[in-house]
Parts: sequence; structure tokens; C-alpha cells
Amino acid sequence: MTTGYFFPHRHILGIDQLSVDDIRHILSTAESFKEISSRPIKKVPTLRGNTIINLFFEPSTRTRLSFEVAAKRMSADTFSISASTSSATKGETLIDTARNISAMNPDTIIIRHSFSGAPHMLTRYVDASIINAGDGTHEHPSQGLLDMMTVQEHKGRLDGLKIAIIGDILHSRVAHSDILGFTKMGSEVFAYGPSTLMPRALDRLGARVCTSLSEAVADADVVMTLRIQKERQNDPLLPSFREYARRFGVTRDVVALARDDALVMHPGPINRGIELMPDVADSGRSVILDQVTNGVAVRMALLYLVMGNAPVTG
Amino acid sequence: MSSSYLIKNGRIIDPKNSRDEVADLAIKDGRLVNAEDGISGSVVEIDAAGCWVVPGLIDMHVHLREPGEEYKEDILSGCRAAAAGGFTGVACMPNTRPVNDNRSVTALILELAAGAPARVHPVAAISKASKGESLAEFGDLREAGAVAVSDDGLPVRDSRLMRRALEYAADFGLAVISHSEEPSLAHGSMNEGAVSTRLGLQGIPTVAESIMVYREIALAEYTGKPVHIAHVSTAMSTGLIRLAKERGVPVTAETTPHYFTLTEEAVEGYATNAKMNPPLRSEEDRQEILRGLADGTFDAIATDHAPHSILEKEVEFDAAANGIIGLETSLPLSLALVREGVIDEKRLIELMSLNPATILGLEAGTLSEGAPADITIIDPNSEFHYTEDKVVSKSKNSPFLGWKFQGRAVLTMMGGRITHNLFN
Repeated sequence: MTTGYFFPHRHILGIDQLSVDDIRHILSTAESFKEISSRPIKKVPTLRGNTIINLFFEPSTRTRLSFEVAAKRMSADTFSISASTSSATKGETLIDTARNISAMNPDTIIIRHSFSGAPHMLTRYVDASIINAGDGTHEHPSQGLLDMMTVQEHKGRLDGLKIAIIGDILHSRVAHSDILGFTKMGSEVFAYGPSTLMPRALDRLGARVCTSLSEAVADADVVMTLRIQKERQNDPLLPSFREYARRFGVTRDVVALARDDALVMHPGPINRGIELMPDVADSGRSVILDQVTNGVAVRMALLYLVMGNAPVTG
Repeated sequence: MSSSYLIKNGRIIDPKNSRDEVADLAIKDGRLVNAEDGISGSVVEIDAAGCWVVPGLIDMHVHLREPGEEYKEDILSGCRAAAAGGFTGVACMPNTRPVNDNRSVTALILELAAGAPARVHPVAAISKASKGESLAEFGDLREAGAVAVSDDGLPVRDSRLMRRALEYAADFGLAVISHSEEPSLAHGSMNEGAVSTRLGLQGIPTVAESIMVYREIALAEYTGKPVHIAHVSTAMSTGLIRLAKERGVPVTAETTPHYFTLTEEAVEGYATNAKMNPPLRSEEDRQEILRGLADGTFDAIATDHAPHSILEKEVEFDAAANGIIGLETSLPLSLALVREGVIDEKRLIELMSLNPATILGLEAGTLSEGAPADITIIDPNSEFHYTEDKVVSKSKNSPFLGWKFQGRAVLTMMGGRITHNLFN
């Protein structure tokens, strides 16, 4: 890292706020932390005495567990609140919930919420650092960062790559964070999905909007598939999952259009046989489990960076 | 016992009488009288040199929240805000609790408005409870004092009901005001476009409005009965209304200061005071609305004054209520259009006084001799900083807080009674 760099953010709300230097710094910090998870004793004292609260208003297995594992490996004290156990079910507003939590002096609040912008609002009402663990259809910055980390590990760089993102871009906060992140780092993102699942003016986020699966995937370095969100189906977006799988699903033949060394990625959870065929998900090109491993390292880095820039100890 | 007044040396702008000249204006017993004839007895002189003296402004689209949501606004507080903004009359929408869909609610509103510092013109519901199922009793409502009907806040989904409303309202001389929105397309919390994509907010497409605007035009053209389109926000709707007027369709339309001043960019940072329905649109839409104000496509500037407390606004963007207050910023924002050369002074007064009075059939909008002395004195150069502590309305949900304005009403007079006065 260049000398004199100082990580300037107290909150991690989105990739949108991060500069190229910030992203490089987060990824290199994550790289240095990754080794901790392979030690026999997977724990460093770096965040001892820090309190971290997971405030999850939406179901999550992977992201919540990943943040908890990350925090515990850094020796922070973690507490988790999910929507079903919180006062939200008693009609308390998000601001009141957050203020009450804030009164217990946590250092960081990690929030997932179904409304876009909910983490941004909290920054105005609490003293703790806020990390966005996914807000509505806006951003999922830690996922974007772990995707970049995974690609960088395998490709050795993030610039000049062709990243194909296939599927439900309209409802995907992962896609938004990935488009912003990979584009900032100098790659080109090619987006494709049924027109009903493509947001308006997607090109303004920096993505190339494709008109066919082959255009998106041809010679790609990365084929990223997004989850079809079955819970969104009250809006007539798709006639059937069967047709989606046949027309838009990522099969072995689709991946064959990409570069020979192309990576297959998916933010999970996978609808096997709908957006991603099982043989592709389990193939040698798939780095889906590397994404999960790197998720812990990226989240360790984020927690460490927002809670102050103490020297890396190990 | 009202005083006699002599407003001296002001620039009188009265489009109805094609007047634009520096002259004096005399008021006696609540009405305008000939200044040449002189007024006897004690006369209060007001020096309006450097100011414009215009017919009292009329906001044909406000929500006063009473009865039912008095914690947001009530008729008195809303009328105080109106007077402070230079308005002598407001037309209040029927989405109160209960809905103003019968003569007793209309009568209650007028009773509560007696003595308030602005004239309150109730707009009654088109359909019972604004449910869009059957017509309200227009004859009774007219008799009780309603000036128009609208299900504002909700579109009339059923085209047959809307057709019948146009036909039946015309029998009683009631204007029909359409909240034009195709509900199946209007799921979202801001305009659909680059900003909604960036913020991850569900967008409302411009066509949700335009489709319904065209339905209203088609019904007005077919039946020959007039329709008024409320709060127009899109370029496409503006174009449809322009073409309809060229064909002679009896359609009138209003837009609001926020649509001609702001764009969807104001939502950045999830600003709930930039959330309203219809939503703030793109710069291209804003430009077309400015053209429509200049070329006569729009008949009126109205505010859609929609007070909400922090309970509805200090929440997540998706959970926030739609609407902003507007009575105290409408004139300053409209005066900016005059300064920028978009419209001239005469057109401003047509948009903010004469035309709304004409559309609603009010005895207002002019400075004719014998007319009620509803007068606004505007100082086009008076500068002020609009901050929360200065807001007269009970609610403070304005995206213009912190703005510095040039030009405002310095005196408002309603029926010969001074309701707002910055001269002292």
C-alpha cells in the first residue's frame, strides 16, 4: 500500500462510496487476514473489547454467520438480533431500535434490511460504525468486495477483465455492488437477463447491457450468475422457472463460450437447475466456495478498518 | 368593522382587466372601490412602492388534514401558512378522515374555516369514501359549498365511473380534478430511471401518469365535459395536454413548484422530503414542464401542499409517506421563473390567481371594482432564508428548507382583512 494512505470511512454503506485506493486497501488487508483462518488457533486479539451487533431484519445464513465468524476471529464480542426476535414485531421503529442498541455503546452495527437506504438512515441516529450487510435492492458491499477478492486471487488482477453477470439484476444488490466495484477497478461488466429483470438505465451504473446470453458470456473471464428470487413472483416478471432455466440458465454449453480459464461464481444461495446447472456449480471452474472463504477475510478487514486503524497484529 | 385602505404606488398587475400599471388601489367595506372617487373616513395607507399589487393568490390543490389528521395540519394552521405564502384562497382535497364525500363533512370544513385567514374551497370526493365504486352526491355537495370533485391521492380506476363523474359533475357546475395514475404501473417510491437504479429503489415509470392523463383527455373529448389534470409531472403528459388543447378538448392542467424546480436527483441520500406522488422526475421532464408553463399548456401552479409529521417522514424511505408542504414556498419558487424569463409577470398571476379562480368558478382572481378585496402585495426583491423555525405550517416536510429565496408576499389581504403583513 502506498505510504500515507489513511482509510477514511467510518461506515461501509456501499461500494459507491469507495475509491480505487480504498478497495485496494480493503482487499490487501483481507489478504493479510485470510491466513488467520487456516491456523490451528483461529483467533487474534485485534478487536478484543470491541462490541459488534448484528441487526438482521431479513433472513440470512451465510452473510450473518460470516460476519460473526469474522468478528470472533478478531476477538470482538458479537451479539445478533434477527427480525423475529427484535422489537420490530412489537411495532418499534427502526430508529428507536437503533437508538436503544446505541445506548449500549456498541462499536459497530452490522445491518441487513429489506429497505434500500436503511443503513444510511441509521448513520444519522447512532454513534456506532454502520456496515451495510445488504439493503433492499441497493447494495451489498461486503459481497462485492469478496467477489473482487476472489477474482483477484485467481486472475492476479482486476483490470482489463470481462465480467459477465447473468440473471435477476433488477432485484440484486449483489449485482449493483459488483457492477460498481469491478468497473471502478478497470474491468468491464457485461449484464444480461430477461428484460423484465433488467433495471432501467443500467448502463448509467457502468454496465454494458447485452441482448443475448452469448454476447454477455463470449470470452468472459468470469461468469457470475445471480439468484432468481422466487419470493418476487407476484409481479408478472417470468412465465415459469422452467422457461427461465431453458432460456437464461447457465449451463455447461453457456460456460463453454467463455474463456477456457473462466471462473464460475454465484453469491448464493443457488437455485440449482434454475439459474445455474448443478454440473457447472460443482465443476472445476466454480469458485463459489472460495467466495465464502474470502467472505470471512473481507469482513474481518472491514471490521478492523472501521474500528480504527490499529497496526495489524498476528 | 373593517377599515378602509389605500394601497399606494404599487405596480398593479391584473390580467383579467389587462392592467399593468403603477397606480393606487382603494378598499372599502371589504371590497375594491374606485381610487379616484376617494374614500371617506379613516383610511389606512399602505405604501407599495417597488412592489406588485395582484389579485389574491389561489392554490387550487392543498391538503389541510382536518378533519382527522390534525397532528399534521388543521384548517386554521393551513390557512395561516397560506396567508404567509400570499394566498387568499385554497382548495382543499377530500382525503380527510372521514373522506369529504357528503354534505355534512363539507359543511364541517366550511364551519371550521369561518374566520380563518384564507378562503377555504372544499373539493369533495368523486366516489363514496374515494373507493372508486359509486358516485358521491354531487348536487348536495355543491349546495353545501364544494367547488370541485376529486378522489385525489387515488386514481379513479374504473373508466366508466370517471366518465359518469365528468357527465354528472357538469350538471352542477363542479370541476372534476383527476389524480392521473395507472395503479398497476405505480408500484414504487420514486421515479424509475438512473437514480432509482443507483439507489436500489423501486421506480414509478412516467407512463403510469401519462396513460391515465390520456384516458381523461379521451373521456373529456368524447363527452365534451371538462376535466382538470392535477399535479402533472412528466414531459409526456405535458405533450398530451398540449395536443388536446390544440384540438379544443376541454382540459385544464396544473403543475407544482417542485416539478418545475427539482428532479429525481433530490432523492439522493434517501431524502424523504423529496418523496411524493407523482414522484420528482428527470431533468428532461422538468424542462418540458417549464415549456408548458411558458406556452399555456398549464393553466395553474398549485402546490399539492401535503403536510406530514416526522412520524411519517423520519423513517426508511420506502416506509415514508408521500408529499411535501408547499404553501410558503410556491410564490418564491414561481417568482424565480419570472426572474429567469420563463414566464412574465402577467402569466404568473394568471397561473396563480386568475386561472385557478376561473377553473373552480370562484368570484376571485381579479382586481375589478366591486370585487372582494383579496389582494397580495409581492416584493419581488425581498430576500429570505427559509428555515424550519420560520415554517408556519404545522408540519415541516419541505425539501426547500435551508434555501435562500428572492421575492415573496409582503402583505396578504382577504376580503379587506390583512392576513399577513411584513410591512410592520
